[in-house]
Amino acid sequence: MILAVASGKGGTGKTTVSVNLAKVFGARVQLLDCDVEEPNCHLFIGGNPCSREVVSIQVPGVDESLCDGCGECGRFCQYHAVVSFGGAPLFFPELCHGCGGCQKVCPRGAIGEKERRIGIVETVEADKVTLIQGSLDVGVPMAPPLIRAVKSRMKHGVTSILDAPPGTSCPVISTLRCSDFVLLVTEPTPFGLHDLRLAVEMVKELGIPFGVVINRVGIGDERVYTFCGEKGIPVLLEIPDDRRIAETYSRGELVVDALPEYGSLFSTLLWNIREVRGKEKGAKRVRSKN
Amino acid sequence: MKIALTTSGETLDAPLDGRFGRAPIFILYDLEKDYFEVIDNRQNLNTAQGAGIQAAETIIRAKADCLITGHCGPKAFRVLTAAGVTVYNCGEATVADALNAFKGGTLKPLDSADVEGHWV
Repeated sequence: MILAVASGKGGTGKTTVSVNLAKVFGARVQLLDCDVEEPNCHLFIGGNPCSREVVSIQVPGVDESLCDGCGECGRFCQYHAVVSFGGAPLFFPELCHGCGGCQKVCPRGAIGEKERRIGIVETVEADKVTLIQGSLDVGVPMAPPLIRAVKSRMKHGVTSILDAPPGTSCPVISTLRCSDFVLLVTEPTPFGLHDLRLAVEMVKELGIPFGVVINRVGIGDERVYTFCGEKGIPVLLEIPDDRRIAETYSRGELVVDALPEYGSLFSTLLWNIREVRGKEKGAKRVRSKN
Repeated sequence: MKIALTTSGETLDAPLDGRFGRAPIFILYDLEKDYFEVIDNRQNLNTAQGAGIQAAETIIRAKADCLITGHCGPKAFRVLTAAGVTVYNCGEATVADALNAFKGGTLKPLDSADVEGHWV
């Protein structure tokens, strides 16, 4: 199973949920920190680094002797990484998403590839948890290629927990793609609800089954519950608003280790996910029979 | 000679916009014919990246020979220079004032970008 932990709003508790779930999982589990702009799962996991690889993307380079300045490359590039005005094109590698489209559309084969480093992927072994994390280089604006590199190191057949970046844009989509289930972590505030709505639209568009985790229960109001009720979205876990949880997090400790009374929260969450997934599968079987 | 100027209005007495990539409007003034056209750049206002490059492409396609604006970042400057567009920056209040300064010969061409990207 590939389980992604996402949220619209930042700071709702994605990492708290991810690292504690990984810890209580029991069997071997992979934890992927896909928040490559500021990976922080490692603070909670400890362990020993066992590999560190540089990740590069292919960016275009032009052979000016072959280029006739037709401008097809510049017209193709939606990111303005290639600009052409009747002469050899200008390249802005920092804007290039590495799609390779300019090479494909060049009628004279004048565009080749060169490597541009974007960041690193590290693997850390800590007991039963294998942490795979990406760190984007400073000044690199594009996270998705590095997120794909992190995900490419995932071993199939072992459960993976993916800690996504916040928001609903490209880095999040890159993280969520191909996952089997998404946990949307929110808080019961108007801001939490606003961004939860966006996140729900996103996962529906992607067609991935999902459920909600409500963190800091006790603050705010009832509107997140009303929304989930109306939409038929399962609330799989409620984490109380307890200052000690925040303190534990700020020390880089796991809630399940530091506050044993909350240990069962995360095992319950695992159980709830399995139950909801079981129902989904059952519903699919019924649909396909009809 | 055609001069592109950054602005938020559609007349010569409109204020000169200090930004290039994210200026809402370009006025393209034809010096010989004393005539201008208005080019909409608003599609660029919400671009996350590459607004300067896209704006440079727009005024190059419009066959501008030079650009008068408040500031010009490094990517836009590279594209404009490659296409042979001269960039002038000035602090004049309106498009008409900037044109007068240009005609009076008081504006000096930039020889490099004068601000970082995303400076606003």
